[in-house]
Amino acid sequence: MLYVDVNVKCVTTVTPAQKRPILPMFELTKDHEDFRHVVRDFAEREVAPHIAQWDRDHHFPSHLVPQMGELGFFGLVVPEEYGGAGLDEGAFTYLCLAIEELGRVDQSVGITLSAGVGLGINPILTYGTEEQKQRFLPDLVSGKTLAGFGLTEPDAGSDAGATRTKATLADGQWTVNGAKAFITNSGTDRTSVVTVTAKTGERADGKPEISAIMVPSGTDGFTVEPAYHKLGWHASDTHGLTFSGCVVPQENLLGERGAGFKQFLKTLDDGRIAISALAVGLAQACLEQVTEYSKTRTAFGKPIGINQGVSFQVSDLAVMVEAARLLTYKAAWLKDELESGRRSVAEVKQAAAIAKLYSTEAAVTGTRIATQIFGGNGFMEEYPVARFYRDAKILEIGEGTSEVQRMVIARGLGLPQ
Amino acid sequence: MNIVVCVKYVPDAQGDRTFNEDNTTDRANVDGLLSELDEYAVEAALKIVEAGEGEVTVVTVGPEQAADALKKALQMGADKAVHVSDEAIHGSDAVATSLVLAEAVKKIGSPDLVLTGLSSTDGTMSVVPAMLAERLGLPQVTQVSTLEVADGTVKGRRDGDAVSESLEASLPALVSVTDQINEPRYPSFKGIMAAKKKPVETWSLADLGVDAGQVGLDAAWTKVESFAQRPPREQGEIVTDEGDGGTKLAEFLAAQKFV
Ligand SMILES: Cc1cc2nc3c(=O)[nH]c(=O)nc-3n(C[C@H](O)[C@H](O)[C@H](O)COP(=O)(O)OP(=O)(O)OC[C@H]3O[C@@H](n4cnc5c(N)ncnc54)[C@H](O)[C@@H]3O)c2cc1C
Ligand SMILES: Cc1cc2nc3c(=O)[nH]c(=O)nc-3n(C[C@H](O)[C@H](O)[C@H](O)COP(=O)(O)OP(=O)(O)OC[C@H]3O[C@@H](n4cnc5c(N)ncnc54)[C@H](O)[C@@H]3O)c2cc1C
Repeated sequence: MLYVDVNVKCVTTVTPAQKRPILPMFELTKDHEDFRHVVRDFAEREVAPHIAQWDRDHHFPSHLVPQMGELGFFGLVVPEEYGGAGLDEGAFTYLCLAIEELGRVDQSVGITLSAGVGLGINPILTYGTEEQKQRFLPDLVSGKTLAGFGLTEPDAGSDAGATRTKATLADGQWTVNGAKAFITNSGTDRTSVVTVTAKTGERADGKPEISAIMVPSGTDGFTVEPAYHKLGWHASDTHGLTFSGCVVPQENLLGERGAGFKQFLKTLDDGRIAISALAVGLAQACLEQVTEYSKTRTAFGKPIGINQGVSFQVSDLAVMVEAARLLTYKAAWLKDELESGRRSVAEVKQAAAIAKLYSTEAAVTGTRIATQIFGGNGFMEEYPVARFYRDAKILEIGEGTSEVQRMVIARGLGLPQ
Repeated sequence: MNIVVCVKYVPDAQGDRTFNEDNTTDRANVDGLLSELDEYAVEAALKIVEAGEGEVTVVTVGPEQAADALKKALQMGADKAVHVSDEAIHGSDAVATSLVLAEAVKKIGSPDLVLTGLSSTDGTMSVVPAMLAERLGLPQVTQVSTLEVADGTVKGRRDGDAVSESLEASLPALVSVTDQINEPRYPSFKGIMAAKKKPVETWSLADLGVDAGQVGLDAAWTKVESFAQRPPREQGEIVTDEGDGGTKLAEFLAAQKFV
């Protein structure tokens, strides 16, 4: 399949200095499609037959992590020296394909990869010292271990700058105190480290200085709270974290002191495109389910899909899937172009927010259409659309709520702040 | 240790099965894939070579699209591939297929081991391996669920309903393997990228010195006369339990000769 966005009007703002053609040309190559094939095959054979059970049992399928590692999923954006694919071009697009295809079968497994790379590996790869990279990346890439990123706190979510967690430096050691909420991949049997943002002082302008600090699992004073009871994403690992007098060496600072805020904003841009891909997978799955069901389910002696009240909903969903996919892969392409120095951070930020906003809302609408078309069956856990319905809502919340995306987009358009 | 694995390109079992006007399976216009049962043979070959040394060559006889089956095997880790493709092969029966395969294997070189699947997932005759072994003059160890290669011999276990047989043959030999032998790997990202650079040769019947009159529909010993789609499944019988449900159930099972 070829995705060239000839019909898409790009609303990305570009400052005059960097004017570019309104319609960028991007396409998914045969290599991309070959890879999609393999991920789909893997998801259908290794995930699909078991997922209903894992979902019911709130079971985190830890065994899939090294399997995905072996297939190279965690290393797509990583250089060869740390065990990754070492791609010169197009790495992020491959990652999005993997997330979309896993997400088409199950969102929990999709987010495990998305967070594993976007929140676990990425910050270390981007900001880590050589020593930190050598220490953590090879095992994260192989899927032997997982890492999390702790930004959100009970009282600081959308307003992540309101971080209360504190880290003080004394005698070459950081002492961390505070709490984090809803941290993905933070409490699995293979989690090796969680990077947390913490206040490390005050800046000259009186604002808090925020830095990122790596806290290895099992460190004294670092408690992983019991798993949450979630509406969806039952097979994904999410925990609250508590730090009380938790001491780590000074070298565990990730990136520059005081750069924590800037770093996480950049991390989130990538993460948003990844969540957008996850949403595309979900909307696609809904489209496939309702297309089939509308043909086979009969009412009043006819297949239900013969009624325009049903078929038009399916048509609308098809449009949403197509649009969401184009926005997502355009953003992924821009991100890859950014890596090659051909696009700006501002363009990627805007495209990421637009894609995330549209795709996640399309996924939520798509799951609502799917459960509606499935009728009573759509409310039954025997049918995957029920799980899809529960899994969708978080997409509009995590990695920045829909409101936050709209704020970012408005800012990108230059509206008064 | 040089191994040749015969892999067949078959229509995707999940898609609709269609036939050509001459009652042969439509392989050209449908989604196809590497016959799943042949993935086990590829995996077995890769395991042997990875444990020691040598090269795995995969060979297929089939239309242009059959290159996809070779690609999958190369992505899994095979070293090189041979595609035998010729209009004249269309409609070949098992006898002719085994002839073409035998000539291809000879041209590849003298492998230490020829591996095949248990059966194709479309023709499902399971006879090609035996025919191929005869044509190549190799001992045949068929339908094994274990495989061990050491000191110039190959050993395997064939599991039957009542007994398991332990078989042994000297190398070179031909072995067909079942789906119990291993867990075929998925191609890794690196495997997909590496496969693009691996050599694929395409041979015609002329390249193999096979006369077109020996293969194809006209030369086939058997022909498919006609085909019919299986009728859609009918609704089962519903038994209402009026106190005699157990009896009715037992009667039904007895009538079907299940008990
Ligand atoms: C399953 C799951 C996994 C998660 N994984 C992680 C993780 O790995 N790491 C991590 O750091 N976080 C993670 N999160 C946290 C997630 O990113 C936050 O929940 C999210 O950013 C929203 O923050 P909040 O919950 O504090 O909501 P709040 O910030 O309290 O927002 C509440 C509501 O107010 C709205 N709102 C807030 N401010 C404004 C405004 N200025 N204008 C308009 N509306 C506004 C919001 O949009 C929202 O609707 C996860 C969450 C969940 C549920
Ligand atoms: C409906 C139908 C009915 C048929 N009936 C007959 C019949 O009665 N008599 C007859 O002679 N033919 C028949 N054929 C044709 C026969 O299936 C094909 O000629 C086929 O190439 C050989 O048999 P098989 O697919 O059953 O292979 P099998 O013997 O089941 O295959 C075993 C193994 O041999 C190898 N192999 C088989 N074919 C190839 C290939 N093309 N390339 C590489 N490796 C291969 C694979 O490793 C495979 O796992 C029929 C085909 C169909 C679709």
